[in-house]
Amino acid sequence: MTDLSKIRNFSIVAHIDHGKSTLADRLIQETGTVKDRDMKAQLLDAMDIERERGITIKANTVRIDYKADDGQDYVLNLIDTPGHVDFAYEVSRSMRAVEGSLLVVDSTQGVEAQTLANVYQAIDADHEIVPVLNKIDLPASDCDRVAEQIEDVIGIDATGALQVSAKTGQGIRETLEAIVTQLPPPKGERDAPLKAMLVDSWYDSYLGVIVLVRIIDGVLKKGDRIRMMSNNSVHPVERIGVFRPQMEMIDELGPGEIGFLTASIKQVRDTRVGDTITTEKKGCEAALPGFKPSQPVVFCGLFPVDNAEFEDLRDAISKLSLNDASFSSEMETSAALGFGFRCGFLGLLHLEVIRDRLEREYDIDLITTAPSVIYQIYMRDGTVQELHNPADMPDLTFVDHIEEPRIKATILVPDEYLGDVLKLCQDRRGMQIDLTYAGSRAMVVYDLPLNEVVFDFYDRLKSVTKGYASFDYQMIGYREDHLVKMQVLVNDEPVDALSTMVHRDRAETRGRAMVEKLKDLIPRHMFKIPIQAAIGGKVIARETLSAMRKDVTAKCYGGDVSRKKKLLDKQKAGKKKMRQFGKVDIPQEAFISALKMDG
Amino acid sequence: MDVLTEDWQNGGFGLYLHWPFCQSKCPYCDFNSHVSSSVDQARWQHAFLSEIERVGEETGGRVLNTVFFGGGTPSLMDPALVSAIIEKISDTWTLANDVEISLEANPTSIEARRFRGYRDAGVNRVSMGAQALNDEDLKRLGRLHSAAEAMEALDIARKTFDRVSFDLIYARQHQALDDWRAELDTALSLSLDHLSLYQLTIEQGTAFGDRFNRGRLGGLPDDNASADMYLATQEICDTAGLSAYEVSNHAKNGFESRHNLIYWRYGDYAGIGPGAHGRLTLLGEKTAIETHSYPQKWLEAVEGTGTGEMYRELVKKEDQALEYLMMSLRLAEGMDLDRFHALAGHRINPLNINRLADLGMVFKTRDRLVATPNGRVLLNSVLSELLAE
Repeated sequence: MTDLSKIRNFSIVAHIDHGKSTLADRLIQETGTVKDRDMKAQLLDAMDIERERGITIKANTVRIDYKADDGQDYVLNLIDTPGHVDFAYEVSRSMRAVEGSLLVVDSTQGVEAQTLANVYQAIDADHEIVPVLNKIDLPASDCDRVAEQIEDVIGIDATGALQVSAKTGQGIRETLEAIVTQLPPPKGERDAPLKAMLVDSWYDSYLGVIVLVRIIDGVLKKGDRIRMMSNNSVHPVERIGVFRPQMEMIDELGPGEIGFLTASIKQVRDTRVGDTITTEKKGCEAALPGFKPSQPVVFCGLFPVDNAEFEDLRDAISKLSLNDASFSSEMETSAALGFGFRCGFLGLLHLEVIRDRLEREYDIDLITTAPSVIYQIYMRDGTVQELHNPADMPDLTFVDHIEEPRIKATILVPDEYLGDVLKLCQDRRGMQIDLTYAGSRAMVVYDLPLNEVVFDFYDRLKSVTKGYASFDYQMIGYREDHLVKMQVLVNDEPVDALSTMVHRDRAETRGRAMVEKLKDLIPRHMFKIPIQAAIGGKVIARETLSAMRKDVTAKCYGGDVSRKKKLLDKQKAGKKKMRQFGKVDIPQEAFISALKMDG
Repeated sequence: MDVLTEDWQNGGFGLYLHWPFCQSKCPYCDFNSHVSSSVDQARWQHAFLSEIERVGEETGGRVLNTVFFGGGTPSLMDPALVSAIIEKISDTWTLANDVEISLEANPTSIEARRFRGYRDAGVNRVSMGAQALNDEDLKRLGRLHSAAEAMEALDIARKTFDRVSFDLIYARQHQALDDWRAELDTALSLSLDHLSLYQLTIEQGTAFGDRFNRGRLGGLPDDNASADMYLATQEICDTAGLSAYEVSNHAKNGFESRHNLIYWRYGDYAGIGPGAHGRLTLLGEKTAIETHSYPQKWLEAVEGTGTGEMYRELVKKEDQALEYLMMSLRLAEGMDLDRFHALAGHRINPLNINRLADLGMVFKTRDRLVATPNGRVLLNSVLSELLAE
């Protein structure tokens, strides 16, 4: 057990690509925690998808031994937090588990919206914050400007900001010293009853659920019977350890320490982020504040392209759920798409990551239906229904009004793109809350309906600002609006998977855009196909896909038989990638592409 | 005939010989053809005769219905070479009384001089690659002859052979529907008994393909225009008594290419020469056979190992059914549903047939399924619909 005064717990706050993981790698390497030959870039991001996208989904932690300039040995615990807005709650818990943060800002870029959201979380958690200006080896680096921006936008003193190049290793030693000298040690009572925070958890096929904990008070020992305070479940502790970053078993964790435990827990669902862990007997009195069970925000249907793969999809989803308590699923039947699942996610990134993993790790081709938010349907009889799927919209005669979730979006954007961003927000039914300037960058705050954001808002934002805008949001509650269910009919048959909830005033525009898109996405058939958008029984937009005129091989003799047969087989395989609605084949990508709005 | 038997006699037995050389490569052509300054015809003769003997050993005792010299440009072969080959063939198989021996010819004056020699060798049908009837378009298609020269060659051919066919390519660059109507009328006024009318197809790996990919092949009719041209072709030829008996082939009754009918009726055919394909029923099993396609490689294989074959594999019953379906629906006579059943082990889904019949793409008689002209112009889609699960 380490003396409290020799422990420093910290996290790193940074925007994607500002060098958070590289800096973490460098700290680990500099202290000899991992031998050089075992280093691989971005040690802490384990999954392929995470590494590819440069994001961290699960909190990772590493314990670093460091001999400081004062001659003393210190234990530094780094928690690498998920940086994305989808995981804001998880970030807030990780922040509560440490006493300080390194605020890493790319000195060639400056502060981004996501940095802001996370740094405010750090400030909320009373962190000591050490600003680190990274990438100073690059010619475009401008430390003075970025330091000034940190002071202007975030309002913390950046005069002593560290100047670092995680890439070359410059300033790494100074960073380690700053962690020891500028961050406070944790507080805690060794003799008090056990009180530990559950920071994160994941499933390991050998050890069962691994629970990442921060000990607040007391001591956690092997063999202890621990109790989760949110549900009073009791588990015997089998292993205790720390990450370096590989697992190293130890016998106990004391106050201020960060480590993991295993306790024959089968499901990640039984371990909730933010929960308080104590002993079964003589436990602590009060749980830690701020715990809340995770709630999915965005829903969509996932269907196998090939109906025969339904069981495979079911298996894959249940395996993924083992490791991700925030992802929910229930079986769904669609007239058009057959059997599948309605799944709930913390946000769009979460949705994409899960979908990618299902396709990549489990090799299942999926049709993803339009993402939807949860609407509150106020019925005339006084009851309230939650609507997760537009296809389930009750008959309008029984509906009094509909409320939809709204968000507060913060967007940081260079001056020259401000007009485009305002137009985009306006087009998405946004209401401006605030507009301020920091140097040549504007900070725009909008109140936006979540359903206008879930789909392609971020893509559009990136495209209208050439990638220079950054974006973050938080939920702010529900509000009534004039929402209707828009149906799409292909060859006079409604395609339930293309139903969406839209604002009445925008229905015509959306409907027109959708039928035009579908006209391009659906291949020509042997007959002409009307494509319509409708509200109730009223058609609000219509296009006609004309019939195919010519599709024949002019010359086909003895030598062409094999080649021609391959072509036919290919055509058959192509048809398998499509879904049949009545007489019409719709390619799987159409379900998502049809909803994208270009302008 | 017992409806559940399936053998090559349903379609007949033919022999294809591939001569892979041309004087120049046409920009639209993706056939196995090569330009070579000198060809050792004696060496080739030796190889052809050796291959005929080899194939003959596997198919001995059969009656041979047709022989087809294709290419490349077979009219560049010495008549003596053609004669030696035909002689060897008649020594190897029993020739049908009405055996059809066809040869593809370019309509140039030089080649026309060889026609008499071919006839004396036994050739009784030529297929002339006229392709277009005006000089500008011929040049664009990379052809070496003029329209006038083609007419002269045609004249000589008709005086020399019992049966003469004429090839034209349409839906060409900058060709309007009316241009094509006029050209087709001219062709029909020659009162030929067989016409092959192909829509220009841009194939990858050809000069036109490259130009097309670079966006440099302008003036091609779009799908709508070429569909209109196809349908107009059917109408004009019907009126002239030269109805389509296959997607791109028109003939007076009884003047169809019997050799090509073997392909479309999914009969048996042996392929000899570089890159020739065969489908032969051997020991009761339909077998796909392919030879080396590169001429030098084929020649060396025949000389060195005694066979030009590169590939031989049994064709599974269900694949035979598929091959029969896609070939036979090209024909105006359509397909025999029982024969498909015998091969596939199941019938074509009647719902698929009904759906296509409702759209006017096919019609069904008691035991046959036929693609209409509208269905034939969409045949690839019709096939994939018929086979849909």
